Amino acid sequence: MNGHIDVGTVLRRTVCDLYSDLVTRPTGAAVRTGIEQQLAELADRTVTIIDFAHVGLLDFSCADEIVAKLLLRIPTGGTRDAYFLFRGVSDSHLEAIEVVLERHGLAAVAQGDNGELMLLGDLGDTQRQAWDAINRLGRGDLAEVARESDIPADAASQVLDDLWRRRLIMRTDQWYVALAATA
Amino acid sequence: MSTVIVLPPSLNERSFETVLGQLAPLGAADKVLLDARHTRWASPYGLTALLALAQTRAEVPGLYVPEADETASYWARAGFFRHAERLFEMHGSVPRSRAAGESDVLLEITSVAGSDDVHDVVGRIQGKAHAILSKELRLDSKATMGFAMTLSEACQNIVEHAGLGGWVAVQAYRRGQRIGGRRVVVIAVCDAGIGFRQSLETNSTARSRDGRWDDAMALEDAVIRGVSRFRDPGRGQGLAGVRRYIGRWEGKLSVRSGTARISIVPSWDDDVPLREKLPPFPGAQMQITIPERVSE
Repeated sequence: MNGHIDVGTVLRRTVCDLYSDLVTRPTGAAVRTGIEQQLAELADRTVTIIDFAHVGLLDFSCADEIVAKLLLRIPTGGTRDAYFLFRGVSDSHLEAIEVVLERHGLAAVAQGDNGELMLLGDLGDTQRQAWDAINRLGRGDLAEVARESDIPADAASQVLDDLWRRRLIMRTDQWYVALAATA
Repeated sequence: MSTVIVLPPSLNERSFETVLGQLAPLGAADKVLLDARHTRWASPYGLTALLALAQTRAEVPGLYVPEADETASYWARAGFFRHAERLFEMHGSVPRSRAAGESDVLLEITSVAGSDDVHDVVGRIQGKAHAILSKELRLDSKATMGFAMTLSEACQNIVEHAGLGGWVAVQAYRRGQRIGGRRVVVIAVCDAGIGFRQSLETNSTARSRDGRWDDAMALEDAVIRGVSRFRDPGRGQGLAGVRRYIGRWEGKLSVRSGTARISIVPSWDDDVPLREKLPPFPGAQMQITIPERVSE
C-alpha cells in the first residue's frame, strides 16, 4: 500500500498558510510532527511518497528535522514496515538533504523534478550497484539481482539485506522490490 | 557627561574595531555619544553592529547622524534610522524614514528575533538575490537558492543562540582595489546576545581543552568543527552549511564574538584566519561576502 504526503500542504496546514519555504528548525519540527501524524494513519507496510514539489527553499535545519529525523524514527521490527520515497526533489533541496544524510550516516531514495531516481547519502559502490540493478529489474530474487548487478551471490545477499534494513528496497518473501516499482 | 566616540569615515567590519577600542575603557553604564558626522560610508556590518552596540549600553547612547546628505540618505534607505530611533538619542538632521519595501538596498536592516522573522527575510530576499547574483555577480543560478539557505542559517544563529534579538542586512556594492574592484554581495548578521563562548558552555563536549577555554576556541568549535550547544547530533549544521556555500562561490565568512574573530579567508582577501585579544563586544557578529565571478 502507498501513501502520499505533500510536504507543502503540511507546511501550510501546520505552520502558516502563507509559507512555501521550509526554513528554521521549529518549522521543520512542526512539519515532521504533521507528517508523523499522517503516517500513523497508514497501513503497516507502506511506501510513503514524501513530496517536496510544492516546497520552495529547504534549509539545512529543516532538512535535518524532516528528512534525517524521519528516517531515524522509522519503526523497525514489530508490525510496522515503513519505506519512504522523497519526490519532487530539486537541485537545491538535494544540497541540503545530502548534507544531513551524510552527517547522520543515513541514506534515502529520492526522485528529482525530471523523474530520475537517486540513491542519496552514505553508501558504498557495491550497495549502489545492487540498488541500480533492482531498479532496472523492478523486482527480483537473489539470483536475478546478483546476475543483473554482477555481484557474487554471497556478497549480494549481504548487500541486499543491508539495503532492506536501511529501507532502500522492500523485501517480500524471496523477492527484493524497488521502492519506485510500488509507488 | 557623555564620552564622545568618533566613528571612522568608512564604517565597516575592520574599522568598527576602532569604535570598540574607544569603548573598551568605559563601563557599560557610562553615557556615550557616537559621532557619525564625518562618516561617509557604512557597510551592512557597520550599520547592524551600531544597532547591536546600542543594545549593550545601560544608558541610552546618543548618535550624531552623518552630515553628508547622501550618506544620511543611504542610511535611511537601508532602514537604519527606523531601528536607531528606538535605541539612540538622535542628534542632527535625521532623514525621513522610508516605509519597508521602499528601499533600493537588497535587504534593509531587519530585526530578527524569532522563526517568523527568518521566514520573512528569506521570502523577501529570493527574487532580488537571483537578479543580483546571476546578472551582476555572474554566478550560476544554483547560487541563488544556496544564498537564501545561507541567509536563513545565519539568521537562525540569532534565534537559537543569542538569547536576544539581532539584525540582518544584505547589500551589493563594489569593493575597493583589494579585490580588483569586483562587485560583492554582503550579508551582515549582528546581535548583542550571549555570544558563542557562553552559548557553548552548556555543552560539556565543547569546553576546555588543556585547561583553555575562550572566545577563540568557542569560535573554532562552532565555525570550524560544527559544535553546537545542543546534544542533538543533527545540530551545528547551519554554520557548516554556510562554510560550504562560501567555499563553493569563493566567498568569505568572518564571525566575531567576545574578543575574537575567526575568518574563512579566500585567495582574493588578505585577512588573517583568527584574531584574538580584540576589544570586547557582546554577542556575535557575522559577515558573509560573495564576490563577482571573474573570467578565468
